[in-house]
Amino acid sequence: MAADSQPSTVIEFLDEQAEKSLLRFITCGSVDDGKSTLIGRLLYDSKLIFEDQLDTLRADSKTSGTQGGDIDFALLLDGLEAEREQGITIDVAYRFFATDKRRFIVADTPGHEQYTRNMATGASTAELAVLLVDARNGVLQQTRRHAFLCSLLGVRHLVLAVNKMDLVDYDHDRFRAIEAEFAEFARGLGYDAPISIPISALKGDNVLNPSPEMTWYRGPTLMGHLEQVEPRADLSERAFRLPVQWVNRPDHTFRGFAGTVTRGTIRPGDPIAVLPSGKTSTVARIVTMDGDLDRAVPGQAVTLTLADEIDISRGDILCRPEERPGVADQFEAKLVWMDDKSLMPQRPYLMKIGGISAGVQVTRIKHTVNVNTLEKRAARHLDLNEVGVVTLKLDRAIPFDPYMDDRHTGGFVIIDRLTNNTVGAGMIDFSLRRSSNIHWQAIDVNKEAHAQQKNQVPRMLWFTGLSGSGKSTIANLVEKKLFALGKHTYMLDGDNVRHGLNQDLGFTAEDRVENIRRVAEVGKLMVEAGLIVLVSFISPFRAERRLARDLLEDGEFIEVFIDTPVDVCAERDPKGLYKKARAGEIKNFTGIDSPYEVPEVPELHIETNDLDAEAAADKIVAYLLDH
Amino acid sequence: MSELTHLERLEAESIHIIREVAAECRNPVLLYSIGKDSQVMLYLARKAFYPARLPFPIMHVDTLWNFHEMITFRDQLVKDWDLDLIVHVNEEGAAQGINPFTHGSAVFTDIMNLGALKQGLDKHGFDAAFGGGRRDEEKSRAKERVFSFRTPEHRWDPKNQRPELWRLYNARKHKGESIRAFPLSNWTEMDIWQYIYRENIPIVPLYYAKERPVVWRDGVMLLVDDDRMPLEPGETPEMRHVRFRTLGDYPLTGGTASTAATLPAIIEEMMLATTSEREGRVIDKDHGASMERKKQEGYY
Repeated sequence: MAADSQPSTVIEFLDEQAEKSLLRFITCGSVDDGKSTLIGRLLYDSKLIFEDQLDTLRADSKTSGTQGGDIDFALLLDGLEAEREQGITIDVAYRFFATDKRRFIVADTPGHEQYTRNMATGASTAELAVLLVDARNGVLQQTRRHAFLCSLLGVRHLVLAVNKMDLVDYDHDRFRAIEAEFAEFARGLGYDAPISIPISALKGDNVLNPSPEMTWYRGPTLMGHLEQVEPRADLSERAFRLPVQWVNRPDHTFRGFAGTVTRGTIRPGDPIAVLPSGKTSTVARIVTMDGDLDRAVPGQAVTLTLADEIDISRGDILCRPEERPGVADQFEAKLVWMDDKSLMPQRPYLMKIGGISAGVQVTRIKHTVNVNTLEKRAARHLDLNEVGVVTLKLDRAIPFDPYMDDRHTGGFVIIDRLTNNTVGAGMIDFSLRRSSNIHWQAIDVNKEAHAQQKNQVPRMLWFTGLSGSGKSTIANLVEKKLFALGKHTYMLDGDNVRHGLNQDLGFTAEDRVENIRRVAEVGKLMVEAGLIVLVSFISPFRAERRLARDLLEDGEFIEVFIDTPVDVCAERDPKGLYKKARAGEIKNFTGIDSPYEVPEVPELHIETNDLDAEAAADKIVAYLLDH
Repeated sequence: MSELTHLERLEAESIHIIREVAAECRNPVLLYSIGKDSQVMLYLARKAFYPARLPFPIMHVDTLWNFHEMITFRDQLVKDWDLDLIVHVNEEGAAQGINPFTHGSAVFTDIMNLGALKQGLDKHGFDAAFGGGRRDEEKSRAKERVFSFRTPEHRWDPKNQRPELWRLYNARKHKGESIRAFPLSNWTEMDIWQYIYRENIPIVPLYYAKERPVVWRDGVMLLVDDDRMPLEPGETPEMRHVRFRTLGDYPLTGGTASTAATLPAIIEEMMLATTSEREGRVIDKDHGASMERKKQEGYY
């Protein structure tokens, strides 16, 4: 560009602009605390509103404004048509403005009761939170909730903006009371020196300019504070992390590992380790299109090449050998649930963390946290907008850091496998069982190991009952439900066994016993492999069932008696067998000319007169989960 | 100093998003409109994969009414930057002679731009398309996600957006669904210009003021770009110093009287400007929610 012909002021301006830093912050508060008005005021005062937008705003203020025809700054912020009609912001909106010192990205999040998830979203990228309270109302339950959520999401810098000071006659005592009340509550939340500022967003007091009405206040204006605060100051001092996003391999001569540095710095020649493999090398080059760098810093998107050819893929983490992240497959984490469908423990979901997508189950909800009172409560599921402390199990070991050390290597989302929606956001606290991928421990692959890997208690469910009692139907349903819960199952029934393993057996008394013995033995092997085995056989004799039970360890054998009266079975007669038996075409048919020995103490007694198949299956699954 | 500047952070964020799409999607494409925003997006995409070539093609939806200088610029750039370019034209529309003069801007845009875009995406089976949309452009964009999902019919459902936390983008989609990814979501118009200046990115010369033949219509200054433009009785093109703040189809894009012939001059002019850039676009001139409606219908 022919820049030299330009007046030097523009060039100077551009050079100054190039040095500006960026602050991302979130505004939160209750519905009427004046968030949108504050942001509108910031945009307006920093001259970010163009004439034509102002025209539109003036027109909109007349038709749908709430300021009696005066400019309603809040209207600048509402976006989607539906929201505009409702007069309420129901999503996260991002706004941009700049001053001479800084560029700002603001996440505007709703104060509305049910939208915890949007706040979590907005806070996840924020470095600072501006929490608004109405000076007339002081600290409300929602104020507490927002302070808690921002803290949960790792926002360390907080400004309490006590708004609408004009409506309390700029009263110093009122301000002091609110400040003190909030400080008391926020003490346990881990904020770095939260500050309180009395403002009026509507009138502009202490927003950009010091308020002439509040000379008793000697601190910075809101904008003054936002321009000065340094929330990222210590990022480069911390342990280096580069989660690999993309392996760049244009040809055999170049192999680069691309990603965004989350924290710390690295230089060519520095030693490096790759997690989870634990392999080490040194950084050869830091490649960018602008030329090689002599240092990569936090937030930079770079491509590293290494001195040695080692296998690295998307999702691996590059770090310094002496500052490795953990590697584990089980975690305790905080989880914000974001979906209408509640979180169910044991249900298989997907987890995305860095460049990794892994299968995940919540193994236990330790407790939920009431976001208003911070009280803990036991729970069996996590509903929309609830926050819980949970334990998680992944289908493989991954490198990670505690969220409080690194948002990007410790923060994850949960994805529903069916709807593909993002249904939860989580923050890792610590791993439950350190599994070192560098030196795998030699372990015996025994029954316990198999079971632990599958995250289940191996069992043999033995369905017994008359022909036509509904054994197979119920067993099938049970298997489907277990499968949906992420359990590893297998069904053994007359059909798949008779046609192969037992095809040499007939229907004599001896053969029937041998049939049962073989099924029990095969089932036992499967239990040892960690499976939940469902056996569906008439098995009319107690001795046979006892034989199977004795093969297994205490508690592993679960006898399920499907109790359907013989006349009901005969009426159903799905295979036409009762008819044939009654006609004498089949001999030794259980219930007709051969006895059925009713189980004396089955673990489960399902009376199908009272329960339909679906309910029966639910009862059996519930029993399994409880025992 | 280890703290990145705001442009460096925006740049890094965009590169991260672009790499993420490439890593998670089977068949992405970059929608290249030749305007300054998609120029910056394309430039960032090259940075994301340097020293490799772009791992995906770029697609220009050609309405056949773009400014001629745009096409010249595009073809030169494809050579200079070693790009795989797909040009898609709605051939049916072209055969019917759909044009902005006889059919009006709404019908023309619907068929030759929106219709052609859907056609092009379907034809090549793209499952993700990069767009240069910015959240500061317009109200409904402020709330759109970086990864925005489209039904198989290319519709957007603003009520069913996925939360986006940290730098994590959930790219899982159902069969037939596709993603529109907006790597420039957090950029403002000023950032774009500053970045073009800082990085010395080539842009179409139409952005710079020059003497050009124009006519005034309905308060809009239009470039007489070729002889397809029917002149009204008594209308004669006059030579004026003019430049364009947005680019697109010449019959639908108003110019600004200006003498700003360099980037710093453009930026200076912009800082003094009292109207936002969309004002020059003829199609945006209805009420505030129109963009949202167009997007729901599959318009960008």
